[in-house]
Amino acid sequence: MTIATKQNLESIVGAPRPAKILSVDRNTDDVWTLRLEGQGAFGPGQFNMLYVLGVGEVPISISGSPGKTDELLHTVRGVGGVTNAITSLKAGQSVGVRGPFGTSWPMAAAKGRDVVIVTGGIGLAPLRPAIYHIIENRADYGKVSLLYGARTPKEMLYADEFDSWRETGDIEVLTTVDAAIGAWDGDVGVVTTLIPRASADISDAVAMICGPEVMTRFTVAGLAERNQSKDNIYVSLERNMKCGTAHCGHCQLGPKFVCKDGPVFKFTDVAHWFEKREV
Amino acid sequence: MSTVMDVQAVYTLIDSLKSDGYEVVGPRLRDKALGYVAGTNGSDLPAGLGDDQSPGNYRTRDRGDGALFGFRSSPQSWRRWIFPPNAEVWSARRDNDSFVVDTSAPDSMKVAVIGARACDVAALTIQDKVFLDGQFQDPAYKARRENLLIVAVNCSLDADSNTCFCASMGTGPRVQAGHDIALTEIIEGDKHYFVADAQTDEGSRILEGISGAPAGTDEVAAADSAISNVADSMGRKVDADGLPELMNESYESPRWTVVGERCLSCTSCTMVCPTCFCTNIEDSGDLNGVATRTRSWDSCFTLRHSHIHGGAIRNTNKARYRQWAIHKMGTWQEQFGTSGCVGCGRCITWCPSGIDITEEVTAIREEA
Ligand SMILES: Cc1cc2nc3c(=O)[nH]c(=O)nc-3n(C[C@H](O)[C@H](O)[C@H](O)COP(=O)(O)OP(=O)(O)OC[C@H]3O[C@@H](n4cnc5c(N)ncnc54)[C@H](O)[C@@H]3O)c2cc1C
Ligand code: SF4
Ligand code: SF4
Ligand code: FES
Repeated sequence: MTIATKQNLESIVGAPRPAKILSVDRNTDDVWTLRLEGQGAFGPGQFNMLYVLGVGEVPISISGSPGKTDELLHTVRGVGGVTNAITSLKAGQSVGVRGPFGTSWPMAAAKGRDVVIVTGGIGLAPLRPAIYHIIENRADYGKVSLLYGARTPKEMLYADEFDSWRETGDIEVLTTVDAAIGAWDGDVGVVTTLIPRASADISDAVAMICGPEVMTRFTVAGLAERNQSKDNIYVSLERNMKCGTAHCGHCQLGPKFVCKDGPVFKFTDVAHWFEKREV
Repeated sequence: MSTVMDVQAVYTLIDSLKSDGYEVVGPRLRDKALGYVAGTNGSDLPAGLGDDQSPGNYRTRDRGDGALFGFRSSPQSWRRWIFPPNAEVWSARRDNDSFVVDTSAPDSMKVAVIGARACDVAALTIQDKVFLDGQFQDPAYKARRENLLIVAVNCSLDADSNTCFCASMGTGPRVQAGHDIALTEIIEGDKHYFVADAQTDEGSRILEGISGAPAGTDEVAAADSAISNVADSMGRKVDADGLPELMNESYESPRWTVVGERCLSCTSCTMVCPTCFCTNIEDSGDLNGVATRTRSWDSCFTLRHSHIHGGAIRNTNKARYRQWAIHKMGTWQEQFGTSGCVGCGRCITWCPSGIDITEEVTAIREEA
């Protein structure tokens, strides 16, 4: 049997390509951002599989600007074997990269509209490329509100960039924490409590959500209360991923392969399965 | 055009495959079961042996008729020669601050399977959709697939199909597509012959070298009616009409709780199923800076399969059985344009609790 060859890029289906680490920045106690040699074009919301020699490979979103292809940023929280190995790497060393994989945030569909971004914890990493894209193409979008929650003030990601996002980016950045440990005079409470305060017109805005599943569920409900049509909601979902190429079966959510059909989904396309437990 | 062959010609067929450079994989008695083994000679075929299967039960038996292919579904299909249960994918070695990957050349061994059942050939064409027809192609699978030759054998001998239900899944008992040669075994009194049809050029080339007479209308009719008889008498059935929609609406069904209490999450059904494609990837490294990646069959019945930081998605046996059954009978259709079940019956035979997917589907349908 002769089979026509399709996309069979060695660095995607096969083995990872070693990418040199240019610098490593610590964001919080357990989160680091790696700056790697550029990989080329990617869409905001896409991810790579990152590999550490002999340790393992995990999916990590791209966290840099899609307009800057000479560098590749990944923001990683050390939570286990592979992510701790990644965050221990130093400038000059290499990390294996396969990708980019998956779908992107609806930057084109959001053109001319208000945008509301709701996220928590490390979930801001896959949304930062969307924020950069908006700032670099600011005239294309209406009012933009970022609603961001973290467990404690210390765990807030990219906090040093918020002022520039507000001032040069004209983005409303509202933050809240679960527990006000240390010097914090801002909001305390879950991220959904920020929804009523967003200046973006929620009822017509395109919503982009990324966080733990409970947060996403409550956010969808919170947006619906403000007359948000569920058709305007996009969510990024997380599943166990071993391949990124729709072969290993681990990332299934009903009929969807989160690695290929996601991670960014139009909410209504996955609601049937997402709204049920243990699917 | 069909030809008629005798038992001796089947042996000659195997010899000619071997002299053409094929590794021949065929059925044989081993570990008290009729399964596929590499290095098959004519004398290895399980002449006169058959099997009896029921939920949670498998036994071989003497048929007393000398049939070469008198078995039902084997404990496992021969897909392991195309999609191995455990394979090294590549290795890499440390190179100063970086690493270098060594990808071994894809397998070039020519494999010929003799005695392949219609359900398993259908399962192979389903796995082709997973590994070849998507956005990304699996190069190792592709290489093995291109070097595969299939001599299928239609199911014509046993009217009682035990746990199989291929007829209702539309995959058998006559092999449909994907094979090179199809044989139908007929035993009538003291007559024992095979009706052979070539499907591909390679199949025709091979059959031309084997002595056989053109099949007469009687012999073709005997083969057709024997296969129809197997189809018509198949005890188990799945009503496939609107099945994906039915399954997709069944997540909240109380039936999943009932079957979840019987399911042991032992993974047997997924290990014997010829269409399951899930794999686990394991990376390991040694002290000399050499790392290997291995890929092995995995099962959605393990806790690890759905693990993400913070815990597994499918914690209960109920959720895992539901994932398996809805995937096979439902969501597979949206993913690959086909059912994920070919009706081979293995998951029924090899379930230690005797869970029967046809019964579960019927129960879901009755509830709906
Ligand atoms: C599309 C996508 C994008 C992601 N982006 C980021 C990001 O930008 N930054 C970041 O810090 N984390 C991200 N994650 C989560 C990250 O992949 C996990 O934290 C990581 O897999 C944990 O692996 P570990 O070996 O360190 O942990 P362990 O808990 O030791 O994990 C063992 C194994 O479980 C699996 N696993 C565990 N947790 C997850 C998980 N959450 N998702 C998928 N598989 C998991 C992996 O196969 C891993 O090898 C993303 C996950 C997905 C699916
Ligand atoms: S689900 Fe069961 S009957 Fe269907 S193909 Fe798999 S093992 Fe065979
Ligand atoms: S998800 Fe389960 S049923 Fe589906 S292919 Fe994987 S192991 Fe088989
Ligand atoms: S990550 Fe392997 S199928 Fe999606």
